[in-house]
Amino acid sequence: MRPPHFRLNSFLSPNPLDDSRFMSQSALIDRRTVIDWLGIMPFMIFALLFLILPTLYLVGGAFLTPDGDFTFKNIADLFSPNIVSAYWISIKVSIASSLGGAVIGFFLAWAIVMGGVPSFVRSGLLTFSGVASNFAGVPLAFAFIATLGRTGLVTVLLRDLIGFNLYSTGFNLLSFLGLTITYMFFQIPLMVLILTPALDGMKREWREASEILGASTWQYWRMIALPILWPSLLGTTLLLFANAFGAIATAYALTGSSLNIVPILLYAQIRGDVLHNPNLGYALALGMIVITGLSNVLYIWLRSRAERWQK
Amino acid sequence: MSFLSLSHIQKSFGQVQVVRDFNMEIEKGEFVSFLGPSGCGKTTVLRMIAGFETPSGGTITVAGKNQSGLKPNQRNIGMVFQAYALFPNMSVFDNVAFGLKVAGRSKDEIDSRVKEMLSLIKLEHLAERFPYQLSGGQQQRVALARALAPKPQVLLLDEPLSALDAKIRVSLREEIRMIQQQLGITTVFVTHDQEEALSISDRIVVMNAGSADQIGAPAEIYNRPATRFVASFVGTLNLIEAKVTDPVANRISIGDQGVTLREPLGPVKAGDTVSLALRPEAGSIAEGAKGDTALAGEVVSSNFLGSVVRTRMRVGASVISFDMFNNPGLVPPAVGETVTLRFTASDLLIIRD
Amino acid sequence: MKSTRFLAWLAIAVGAIYFIVPLIGTFEFSLRMRRGEYSFDAYHSVFSDIQFRSTFGFSMLMALFTIIFGMLLVVPTAYWVRLRLPKLRPVIEFITLLPLVIPAIVIVFGYLRLYNSSSFLPLTNSTSGTNMLLVFSYMTLSLPYMYRAVDTAMRMIDVATLTEAAESLGAKWPTIMFRCIFPNVMSGVLSGAFITFAIVMGEFTMAALLNRPAFGPYLQLVGANKAYEPSALAIIAFAITWLSMGLLQLVSRFQKTAPVKA
Repeated sequence: MRPPHFRLNSFLSPNPLDDSRFMSQSALIDRRTVIDWLGIMPFMIFALLFLILPTLYLVGGAFLTPDGDFTFKNIADLFSPNIVSAYWISIKVSIASSLGGAVIGFFLAWAIVMGGVPSFVRSGLLTFSGVASNFAGVPLAFAFIATLGRTGLVTVLLRDLIGFNLYSTGFNLLSFLGLTITYMFFQIPLMVLILTPALDGMKREWREASEILGASTWQYWRMIALPILWPSLLGTTLLLFANAFGAIATAYALTGSSLNIVPILLYAQIRGDVLHNPNLGYALALGMIVITGLSNVLYIWLRSRAERWQK
Repeated sequence: MSFLSLSHIQKSFGQVQVVRDFNMEIEKGEFVSFLGPSGCGKTTVLRMIAGFETPSGGTITVAGKNQSGLKPNQRNIGMVFQAYALFPNMSVFDNVAFGLKVAGRSKDEIDSRVKEMLSLIKLEHLAERFPYQLSGGQQQRVALARALAPKPQVLLLDEPLSALDAKIRVSLREEIRMIQQQLGITTVFVTHDQEEALSISDRIVVMNAGSADQIGAPAEIYNRPATRFVASFVGTLNLIEAKVTDPVANRISIGDQGVTLREPLGPVKAGDTVSLALRPEAGSIAEGAKGDTALAGEVVSSNFLGSVVRTRMRVGASVISFDMFNNPGLVPPAVGETVTLRFTASDLLIIRD
Repeated sequence: MKSTRFLAWLAIAVGAIYFIVPLIGTFEFSLRMRRGEYSFDAYHSVFSDIQFRSTFGFSMLMALFTIIFGMLLVVPTAYWVRLRLPKLRPVIEFITLLPLVIPAIVIVFGYLRLYNSSSFLPLTNSTSGTNMLLVFSYMTLSLPYMYRAVDTAMRMIDVATLTEAAESLGAKWPTIMFRCIFPNVMSGVLSGAFITFAIVMGEFTMAALLNRPAFGPYLQLVGANKAYEPSALAIIAFAITWLSMGLLQLVSRFQKTAPVKA
């Protein structure tokens, strides 16, 4: 990397404090370090301006009154029934869709890796998963309205063919269950995509070694396979959780602002200060960061425990 | 009936028949090696003994009990795999204890048995380590201890040394043999390395294209190869084409040099071609070397291999290699020089296929 | 073994139903516009909508800018980190993964407060400033995918050796970057580009809150006001996603088979 080095070097020097005749080794190293750091400055500045500062601004604002005084009142106000219920529904939908996505995604990944199905099924499912995991947002809501909405294909078919009225059971696409089912459409493929390589990494010999040592299939899964897969399973589930927790477009297109989940509440607050306190909006955002952040801390902690047998 | 008996074993994968009519009787406490190139079916036979593959035909019995229909986990067989296959999420201790744990043994029993096994492989001090913290040789020793811990009736070793460094390979194979003899456990060892098979087996099965070409003690396999395949696969061997000159007197000629064979030629007539085999170490070009037969030839090349110098000379249409033990005073023959190789006529084997 | 295979097929059948039924449902619904018979009227209506063309074009343009500026930011950084600051890799990786942790709506909320008319950098004051902010927000969103794709491609070539080779031939800094590094990580750049394209085309939150006429908010608007067009749009969006992912697969296959020129 010498050429850019020299040019940047000459650009930076002369340093008035530096007597070039006695320039020491350490000064050289220091200068080199400065150059090294300069190389990633654009990235750091970008991350600071468009990722870290905006977030910190909200975090700071959560602890201020509109007049700029320090306060815990915004945080305390988060515990009003309306906001608590929004968080609660969001958390429930996120947990349900991430667990559902994790379980079904796990079985699908298992089926294509270990189930002995033809390879075209595997490549087909993986390709489809790549598409479906990115098929989120507004169009996904449209798809489910057309399928499970009041005049959706499945609803109509169930009614006309077997006389089963889905909506008389209390089902509603604009509810907790409906949102969970919709979210799982991108959660499952994501799980498949992340877990398939992990399952591919399971050596056949582990299975055979456990078998020849007398273990049953169940014992193999309980004592060997699941402990080995645990970090990826857990990590992906928590990723799915954060993914669902922050998602707004699907829910908004599906329900308008009728469903009281945190991202929609925050969206409404940004648009029109429905909470009548801008700083309470910051606190709402802080709450979201804390929850997704916590799920990541939990993931890192659990993984470090589960991975003590790895490097 | 012998302890482990394989009779008329067949195995096909789809249209491909990988094992055909394989027969083998193994005595209790015997160490038998399956030797052959990759794809010869040796690993498939081993996996059928373990129960990972179901024979398409034939029966396997262990201690008089027919194994067909038994799952691997019902057979009480120990197995060591090529790629260690230690459970990465368990310590050395837990790996060795695994078979005992799933068998529901008491904690005290597990404890003492694992300690016994670890002292057998001399790794007591590494009991709490995880597999990734061990060298390949150590991992394979742990795998051996793990396989032996539940006191299996038979121990299967599937190319256990092929992933290791040359030096560790030699020391570990000696260790395996020592432990095997100490425990008196019936062992089947699969390898493609003839030196490995020759050095540690009671008997060797040389396999070729799904069936056994020859079964015998190492010395027998080496000195009296039954087929051209065995002769060429086990050790280095010169294959010499010779012409029969006098079938009654056992006279043949190599190039234009006449040789009298010890072994009867059998039903051939003058002018027929026969294949002969000669080990590189059978002859010598030294002054006053012993031997009732001599062949003269022109040196084609001379390679220094460490403990020996391998020289190739041309005799008629054949090229014959021979080895000389290295010593500081040895002067290898120069290329183009004519040398005379002396050997005993009984070392010339007739290869009949 | 038989029960394993049965369970495997069962899982795949359940998955297939779950995935395919909504697509069939959507397609069927999109054909229902003309009463009593199936027709492509909904598609016709969508394509003849001026709004559709202008928002689609706008999002395409934004995606293009996002990909260009994103790569100009990510490739040199990944290169520099691999070459000179390998110790910093975990930190950089952590930063690139942050957008998966901090919800998009929170990030854009921060932008609105930080870059409003009274701030040190009043980007939201002008249309072009807001468009810039939108591109930056998309760059942030796609950062995890772009960085991962480029870094993976860079792992496959030995950047240090490549750089030394270029230097020994007298190449200068821009030459090294644009003639040696970029072409060699092209597969990573392209995979990152396609996934970015898929993300940007459907993105709703950022564009809606920044009040830009992008495809995502347009979709939402149509969904709120029309009956059959949304289904047609969903099918179109799915096709776009499929196209980007198909190209991505093609590129990654090319990456695996092509010999690495180093």
